[in-house]
Amino acid sequence: MKTLKQHLLLFISLIIVWISLAGVHAQELIAGGIVALIITLIFGSKAHIFADINLHPKAIFFFILYIFVFLWELFKANLDVASRVLSPSLPISPGIVKVKTRLKSKMGRTILANSITLTPGTLTVDTCGEYYYIHWIDVRSANIEDATNKIVHTFEKYLEVIFG
Amino acid sequence: MANLLYTIAGIIAFSALLLPLLRMIKGPTPADRAVALDVMTIISISLIALIAAMAGRAIYLDVALVYALISFLGVIAVARYIERGL
Amino acid sequence: MLAGSILTLIGSLFLLLGALGILRMPDVYNRMQAGTKATTLGSILFLTGIGIGYCGCVWKVTILILFILFTNPLSSHALARAAHHMKIALTNRTVIDRLREDEATEEDKC
Repeated sequence: MKTLKQHLLLFISLIIVWISLAGVHAQELIAGGIVALIITLIFGSKAHIFADINLHPKAIFFFILYIFVFLWELFKANLDVASRVLSPSLPISPGIVKVKTRLKSKMGRTILANSITLTPGTLTVDTCGEYYYIHWIDVRSANIEDATNKIVHTFEKYLEVIFG
Repeated sequence: MANLLYTIAGIIAFSALLLPLLRMIKGPTPADRAVALDVMTIISISLIALIAAMAGRAIYLDVALVYALISFLGVIAVARYIERGL
Repeated sequence: MLAGSILTLIGSLFLLLGALGILRMPDVYNRMQAGTKATTLGSILFLTGIGIGYCGCVWKVTILILFILFTNPLSSHALARAAHHMKIALTNRTVIDRLREDEATEEDKC
């Protein structure tokens, strides 16, 4: 069951990329479909990252919600960067803090690290198991729990449902 | 009107291409230069897409796509090199 | 067409902001902060404006946007990790460096 899901998701994502590159023409669609099928049959059993995704309706709803939350955070991050860069005195007090995540799957942790990089004033520097080291442009608390509450929890509650 | 706005946007993006060049010349460490190069590639991808749209040739967008791919690999290679050598 | 051109103009302003951040910030990590966020949103808005204004290339532009959205934070993360490994100094306004402390105390690295 699990390996069928990762084969199917790999095939669907390959076909979507091919259609958006080549357009919808019958011959190219058939050729691309055959190539995607061959790739799926060879590499499908190794694509473990797709096995972590949940596919029940609540997860899909949370995924759509997560996109909007992410875009809003990205917009806020840019206003934050703009105010810091354009003010003449450069109001920064940077530092590297340590936070902890509850996510288990590799895909979920990767997406969480990328989201943290694109949110206001934070940049993932290093990862170590379930701990992230994060460069924070305006350090407000140095201990692990407070920093986790402020940085990670915005995204973690969505990603926990999507990636389980 | 719209074409004028597109042209102004292209001029602003092109002038944004020159500021990281200064940082690339001045930058005290190799990491500074790599960051400046990363930003310059993103800006030039946007400019290639604008040129493709204004010339009316969607095939030029493939250039932007391949450039994005290669610049990502290049930055990863530079990071790997300054972390532990090739 | 007009809406697309206005989006493109806003995106180019964000690109200029990212370039200015690269030039003004005091050390390499703060430069990465400004560079990554501002250029990501800037190029997304810029390419969306092109995709709206000129028809016929919407899907390729979407693929380009998705690719930039995935690879841009990854490359900046790799560069930040390499810079910290190379022991490039943080600026003298830095408050705390937890990673350096942990590297000094713990023997077993991940």
